Amino acid sequence: KASLRKAFGEALVELGEEDEQVVVLTADLAGSTNTDLFAKRFPERFFNLGITEANMMALAAGLALSGKKPFVSTFAIFAAGKPWEQVRQAIAYQSAPVRIVATHAGLTVGEDGASHQMLEDINNMRVLPNMDVIVPADAVETKQVIHALKDHDANPVYVRLARAPFPIVFDDDYRFEFGKAKVLRQGKDVSLFACGLMVYQSLKAAELLAREGISAEVINISTIKPLDLETVVSSVTKTGAAVTAEEHQVVGGLGSAVAEALAEHCPGRRGAPRASPLERVGVRDQFGQSGSADELIEYYGLTPEGIAQAAIRALKRKGR
Amino acid sequence: MDMDKEIEALKRKAYQLRRDVVEMVYKAQSGHPGGALGMADVLTVLHYKFIRADPRNPAWPDRDRFILSNGHTCPILYAILADKGYFPREELWRLRRLGALLQGHPSTAHKIPGVEFSSGSLGIGLSFACGMALAGKLDKRDYRVFCSISDAECQEGQTWEAALTAHHYKLDNLIAILDRNNCQIDGPTERIMALEPLAEKWRAFGWETFEIDGHDYEQIISAFEAALKVQGKPKIIISHNLLGKGVSFMEGDHRWHHGAPSPEQFEQAMRELEAYGG
Repeated sequence: KASLRKAFGEALVELGEEDEQVVVLTADLAGSTNTDLFAKRFPERFFNLGITEANMMALAAGLALSGKKPFVSTFAIFAAGKPWEQVRQAIAYQSAPVRIVATHAGLTVGEDGASHQMLEDINNMRVLPNMDVIVPADAVETKQVIHALKDHDANPVYVRLARAPFPIVFDDDYRFEFGKAKVLRQGKDVSLFACGLMVYQSLKAAELLAREGISAEVINISTIKPLDLETVVSSVTKTGAAVTAEEHQVVGGLGSAVAEALAEHCPGRRGAPRASPLERVGVRDQFGQSGSADELIEYYGLTPEGIAQAAIRALKRKGR
Repeated sequence: MDMDKEIEALKRKAYQLRRDVVEMVYKAQSGHPGGALGMADVLTVLHYKFIRADPRNPAWPDRDRFILSNGHTCPILYAILADKGYFPREELWRLRRLGALLQGHPSTAHKIPGVEFSSGSLGIGLSFACGMALAGKLDKRDYRVFCSISDAECQEGQTWEAALTAHHYKLDNLIAILDRNNCQIDGPTERIMALEPLAEKWRAFGWETFEIDGHDYEQIISAFEAALKVQGKPKIIISHNLLGKGVSFMEGDHRWHHGAPSPEQFEQAMRELEAYGG
C-alpha cells in the first residue's frame, strides 16, 4: 500500500521545481494534505489561509486569472462541500484554471465519521460546467495526475484523493492520460467500471469471477469528466453487462455517469446493438459512520465479493 | 487643470454616466439602478482620475484591477467601460437581452472587455481581489487592485475571511470601496441585520479606514490620494452614498435597489439628471 496524499505532496514539490508559477494553498490542513512538503521547499509560494475555505477558493481564482497555477488542497468535504458556490462562481463559471486537489474523500476517512466522509463530491463537481474530475486509483497514478495538471490551463479540475493508503495497482510503466479510461483486464462477459480504491477491488473481483468461469473486463475510469464514452460504450457493446464501483453515493457519481452514457448510447449509437443491464456498487443513499477504513469498506459492501455479486446480478439480468 | 475645473468635469461625467444607467435599466426594463446611481460619483473619480488602464489593451498585465463585488450595480460599470471605449456604446442598450454582451451581472465568461470578475453572488469579490493583489506582490508588479463592495455585503461571512487575509498578507496594493447607502433589498441595513459600528469593525480587522461623503468630490479625491499612500496594510474607503442619487423619487428609497422606471418616471429622471449635470 502507498499513500496518495504523500504522492501528491511529493509531486507538488517536483512541479514547484519545474514551474515557478505553481502556487499552493490550503486551509489549515498543510500537514494532513501533505502540502507542507511544498511549504518547506517554497515558503514564498505557499499560502495557508486558515479555516477560510470559501475565501480560499475565490482567492485561488484571482491567482489563476493573474497567470498563476494554483493548487488548492483541503479535505473533500471542505473543497467540494462547504465552498461549492465559490467554486461555481469564481472558478467554474470563469474557467479559472484552479487545480483543486481534495484529500480525505470517501468512507476510508475512517474513525472521524460521517461529518468528514465526503460521499457526494464527484456529484457536486461533475455537474459544474467547465469542471474536470479525476479520481486516481493509487499513488502511482496520483503522481502522474499531478504532473499532468501542471499545464492543465484551460479548465479547472477537481482531483479526489483519500486519507488511507491504497494498494498499489500500477507499475511505473503505467501512463495516465487525461480523458482516457484504461482497460486493465480484458474480459467478455461483464464490464467492471471503477475509480479510486475500487479499481483494486474490481481487479480482485475479476479474479473471484474467473474462478466461477466468468470473464470480467476491468476498466479504470480515472477521468470521470470528461467521460471516455468510446471506451465505456465499446466495452459494454462487447460484454453486454456493466457494474460500476465507487467509494461515493451511487447517485451522481461514477455510477450515474456510466448509466447516463449507456442509456444514451446503448443500444443504437456507436454500434451498440442492445440495452445492457447495469448494477451500481457504492453507498446507497446513506451517510457513513465511525470505524476503521477496512471495517467500513466491508460494512458498506465495497469489497471484491460485493462487486462480484453485483456482476453476477448483472449477468442474470442479461439472461446468461 | 485647477482643482475646481477638474471637479466640475468629473461631476459632469458622473451625471452623463447616471443618464446612461437610467436609460440602460429603462430599456432593459429590469436591473438595479439605486446602488449604481449612488456610487456614480465615487466610481467616476476612481476610474477617470486614479485607475491606470488601457481600453485598447484590456489585458495589459500592469493595469490596475477593478473588481465590482456588488455586481448588481453593474450598469454604472458598463456605462464607464463603454464611455472609455472598451466596447461600443450601442451594447448598453442591449443589456440583459439574450445573446447580448452585457449580462445581468458582470461576466468574464462572456468576455466583457474591462470586466475582471464574474460577480453577482455577494461576498466573493473581495477574496478574488485578494488573489489578484497577492499575484501582483508575487510578480513584483506595481498595479493596484480596487474592489467595490456593498454595505450589506458585510453581512456575508466571507467578506470578513477576506478582510483577515488582506491584513495577514499586508496587501497594501488593495483598496476596497464600501458603498454605504444603508439599503438592502428588504429594507434598511440596520433593521435587517445591523452593521454598525462598521468603520470600527474594519479598523479592528487591521484595515486603514477612511470615511467620506461619497458625493463630495474633494473628500473622494483626498481619500483616494491618502489611501494610495498608506503602506503595509489594506485600505478601505467607506463611502456614504445616497441610493438613487440624482433622481428625486429614487433617492434613499430601498425599493429602488432594483426595478425599472415607467415611461413617465424615465422622462422625469432624465430631466432631473440633465438639470444637475448637463
